[in-house]
Amino acid sequence: MYSEKVMDHFTNPRNVGEIENASGVGTVGNAKCGDIMRIFLDIDDETHIIKDCKFKTFGCGAAVATSSMATELVIGKTIEEAMQVTNKAVMEALDGLPPVKVHCSLLAEEAIHAALWDYATKHDIKIEGLEKPKSDIHEGEEEEEEEY
Amino acid sequence: MAKLIYLDNAATTKTAPEVVDAMLPYFSELYGNPSSIYDFSQKSKEGLMAARAQIGAVLGTDAQNIYFTAGGSEADNWALKATFEAYKNKGNHIITTKIEHHAILHTCEYLEKERGAKITYLNVDENGLVKLDELKRAITPETILVSVMFANNEIGIIQPIKEIGEICKEKGILFHTDAVQAFGQVPIKVDELNIDMLSSSGHKINGPKGIGFLYIRKGVKIKSFVHGGAQERKRRAGTENVPGIVGYGAAAARADRTMAERTGAEIELRDYAINRIMNEIPYAKLNGDPVKRLPNNINFSFQFIEGESLLLMLDSDGICASSGSACTSGSLDPSHVLLAIGLPHEIAHGSLRMTISEETTKEDMDFVIDRLKFIVQYLRNMSPLYEDFMRKQNKNK
Repeated sequence: MYSEKVMDHFTNPRNVGEIENASGVGTVGNAKCGDIMRIFLDIDDETHIIKDCKFKTFGCGAAVATSSMATELVIGKTIEEAMQVTNKAVMEALDGLPPVKVHCSLLAEEAIHAALWDYATKHDIKIEGLEKPKSDIHEGEEEEEEEY
Repeated sequence: MAKLIYLDNAATTKTAPEVVDAMLPYFSELYGNPSSIYDFSQKSKEGLMAARAQIGAVLGTDAQNIYFTAGGSEADNWALKATFEAYKNKGNHIITTKIEHHAILHTCEYLEKERGAKITYLNVDENGLVKLDELKRAITPETILVSVMFANNEIGIIQPIKEIGEICKEKGILFHTDAVQAFGQVPIKVDELNIDMLSSSGHKINGPKGIGFLYIRKGVKIKSFVHGGAQERKRRAGTENVPGIVGYGAAAARADRTMAERTGAEIELRDYAINRIMNEIPYAKLNGDPVKRLPNNINFSFQFIEGESLLLMLDSDGICASSGSACTSGSLDPSHVLLAIGLPHEIAHGSLRMTISEETTKEDMDFVIDRLKFIVQYLRNMSPLYEDFMRKQNKNK
C-alpha cells in the first residue's frame, strides 16, 4: 500500500516533538476526519531562515510520513523557499501516496503555511503568497465545550 | 521477521487441515459434475449431500433447507432482494439495524433507491444491543421482513435473536439473520430461535473461502437469485462448488464438535486480555458488551491516537489486527458501527479489533499487550490531541 519511503518516514519519523517558545506554530485538520497536524518553526528573525522544525500528528501512516517529510524539506530554507514546499513536492519526495491519502500531503502543506502565518502575524510581516489558514482545530472549540 | 500473531479471525480464518483433507479428493479424483447421470459423478453428489446434512444437523434442520451460495454476502443479498420481490404484494417495509454488515446495509439502500422499499434502521444502545421495544414500535402492516445480525463483526455483540424471532413470529413477519460471525461460534438451532432465513460463510469457521449458504425455512417462498439451472432445488443455479461445499460441511461439523471446549478457552483468554488492557492502558474504552459478546472478539478505542498508525506499528511486530478507523475504509468516516454505539468520530478513529482463535496462546496475548502499551504511548507522545489534553490536565491540577 505504501512506498518504502513512506514506511521509512512512518517507522522512523524525523523531527517529532515540540519547540519551546517556537517562532511559529500551526495546527490544521480536525479530529473528526482523523488527521491533525501541528508544526513548530524556529525562524531566524534576521535571515528568515528556518533553523528548526518539529511536528506532532494525530493520523494515519501517510499523515505521519508527510509531516515528517515536510519538516525535512523546510529545515534550512528561507521562508520564501519554504513557501515552495507544496503538497506535490512532499508527495514526490515520498515516492508517491495512494490516491485516498493525497489529502494528507495537502494537510502537510497547510500545516507549514499555518505555522508561517502564525510567525508573520506575530512579527507583523507579510509573506508573499501566504493566506490565512482555512482550518484550525481550535476554531469552534469553545462552542463545543459549552455543550458539556 | 518476528513470529506471526494472527488476530484477525473475524476477517478470515486459517483453513483447518482436516477440512483441506476432506476437500482434496474432490479436485482431481472425484471431479464429476453432480448433475451428470453416470455413476462417477454420483460420488460428487454424495459429497454434496453429506455436507448439506452436516450443516443441517448443526442448525437442527433438514438438509434440504440449506442452499449453498458463493459466500455470506451473496446469501444476504439473496435473502433481502428475493424476499422483497416475493412479498411485495404484502408490503414494502423492511426493518434492519444501523450496525449490520454492508452486505445488508448496501442491499437495503439499493432496495430503497431502486425498488421502492421503505427501510427502518433500528438504533442500538451503547453496547450495540437492539432495543426490542423500538423494534415492536417500528413494525407496520406493511412490514414483510426483519433482518438483524446474530453477532456483530466489529464489536462482537450478540443480539437477543430468540426474542426478535418471537416478535416476528407473533406478527407474521419473516425473520432473517446474518449469522456470518455467529455460526459455529455460538449454538444456533433455527427452529428454537424462530429464524426463517440465516446467512453464513465458510471461511469464518476454518472452512474454505468462496462458499456460504442461506438457510431458508420450508414454506418461505423466495425465488431464485441466480438463474440458469436446477441446482439447489432450482433456487440457485450454477454447477456446485463441490470441494468448497465438502470443505464447508467438514468445517461446520468440526466447529460444532469443538465448540464448547474451544469457545470456553477463547472466552477465558479474551477476558484476560480485556482486563489487562483496561488495567494497564489509560484512556481505553472497551467497545461492545462485556458478556453478550462473541468468544473471540476484543475491541477497544484508544483516545488521542488513530487506528491505521496503530495497525501499521503492530504489523511491524508481526501482529495482524484491524480497525474501524476511516483510513482503513477508504472514506473519511470511521466505522458506522462505532458511530451507532455513540462514539465521537475522534474516538472511533482510534479503534482496534483483535479477534483471537483457538491457536492464540496466553503468551501471544501477553506479547501483544506489552507491545500495544508501548505503541499507544508512542503514538500519544506524537499526538497533538494528547498534548492538548495533558496541558489541560496539568492546568487543572
